[in-house]
Amino acid sequence: MKSPGNQKIRQLIKPALHISLFFPAVYLVYGFFAGTIGINPIETITHVTGQWGLRILLLSLAITPLARITRSGWLIQLRRLVGLYCFFYAVLHFSIYLVFDLSLDFGFLVEDILERPYITVGFLTFVILTLLAITSPIRIRQRMAHTMITWNRLHQMVYAAGILSIVHFLWITRVDDTEPLIYALILALLLGYRIRTAYQKTHRRQPNSTALYQ
Amino acid sequence: MFKNIRKNRYPNIGENQVTDQALYEKRRHFIKTGLQAGLGISLSSYLPILAMASAQGLSERIGSAKNTRHLEPNDELNTEEQITHYNNFYELGTGKEDPYRNADALITDPWSVSIEGECENPGEYAIEDILKPHDLEERIYRLRCVEAWSMVVPWIGFPLTELVKHFKPTSKAKYIAFETIYDKESPLPGQNRRSIEWPYREGLRMDEALNPLSFMAVGLYGKVMPNQNGAPLRLVVPWKYGFKSIKSIVKIRFQEDQPPTSWNMTNAREYGFYSNVNPEVSHPRWSQAKERRVGELFKRDTLMFNGYADEVASMYSGMDLGQNY
Repeated sequence: MKSPGNQKIRQLIKPALHISLFFPAVYLVYGFFAGTIGINPIETITHVTGQWGLRILLLSLAITPLARITRSGWLIQLRRLVGLYCFFYAVLHFSIYLVFDLSLDFGFLVEDILERPYITVGFLTFVILTLLAITSPIRIRQRMAHTMITWNRLHQMVYAAGILSIVHFLWITRVDDTEPLIYALILALLLGYRIRTAYQKTHRRQPNSTALYQ
Repeated sequence: MFKNIRKNRYPNIGENQVTDQALYEKRRHFIKTGLQAGLGISLSSYLPILAMASAQGLSERIGSAKNTRHLEPNDELNTEEQITHYNNFYELGTGKEDPYRNADALITDPWSVSIEGECENPGEYAIEDILKPHDLEERIYRLRCVEAWSMVVPWIGFPLTELVKHFKPTSKAKYIAFETIYDKESPLPGQNRRSIEWPYREGLRMDEALNPLSFMAVGLYGKVMPNQNGAPLRLVVPWKYGFKSIKSIVKIRFQEDQPPTSWNMTNAREYGFYSNVNPEVSHPRWSQAKERRVGELFKRDTLMFNGYADEVASMYSGMDLGQNY
């Protein structure tokens, strides 16, 4: 697929992406005040921000394979924006838990992290996503090019965040785990694709390397 | 900042609550006076006279039930909408609003309850005959779900003790077991999936069943029990997690052995037979120290035995509540 051109990406595609990815948050804030998001709105907001964080994380992971398969290198330009929206929902999800569930009691937070496995993995996910968000600006990326942990290596941890957040979801589910299992399947496919291409790269040394898409 | 939101913006508390209670009083008045006077003529053309007579009889009795257990200081009644639109009743679906949406799938007329086991008066009884001997009263109880949310509900019904006495259990009856409706040939919408093994089962030790707090409810907010809340007959044991309060009961069995109970069968490590509300014994996955009262933003502390310790704690003296969760 041919690139739509930088101008179109900046003026059309990115704004459209902003609007779509911001929409769930608008829906929740509106619903909270209008009383349209159920009888227990804090519970709804907690669940829905978590769900969207995970969905957008999977979307961000799908961009690279999609760019390769459709030979649309320009898609990579959208990856950072999508990843930051994942972090945005993770921040909302974590803050609501911290403020409304724990009433900002940090002793209780530490206890939860240490004693409840689903909180432990959820918190780890949040730590990883925070690291990735902090190191996402281009300048930091360039500076990290020659450090011990390269930017690419660090940002591969997004897969760990994906796995941990699905485990977090599965461990809090009481009966119906269809939804987290669907996400697990999608993540497995995406991860499988990356492992396959990495394998091909090291074993075949194709002349047209995909270094651009790392 | 959050205090501000809580006071002025949040739709479910504050002034709205007052309106709801006023409306509640008004409805009760309407049911008491209006039904007695006008129902006989206005509805007789739609319903067979007999069915109408029994339905009218019950709603009239429910409407005139006297309150015997008041609201306690730190509680506010949840609204009728909250109580009827946020339910765990997996027979009608696992989503919180599913039971409300699928309520019509539950047919409660005709309804009969099978009384079995170690008692002098076993048999299959029509619901009307089960209810007839008992005076109805209104009791306001807290309901604490194992999922760490809670509500305050004005139930209408009669003490479980009265029902137990009526069927005269023998000395062998150490436990009482309950079952929810389950028809393999025409399952309820949620029973098509085996989210738990149907029918739903619950049980109490006989002394728990005879505790004055144990209640059989047939209505709430001055009205006949909505289907999604477990019509026509459900248990309410306010010092235990909500899932012990089994809904839409079709079988009551007196027995010598401790009966198997559904959530314990599903996951014994997470759900015990007793399931008393206890802030100090965590669910293996989450804390039980706090709960969110539906309609409030912040969580509040959960009370031992859901605040009913004075009336029930003695039944468990000497028991390790960490072991017998």
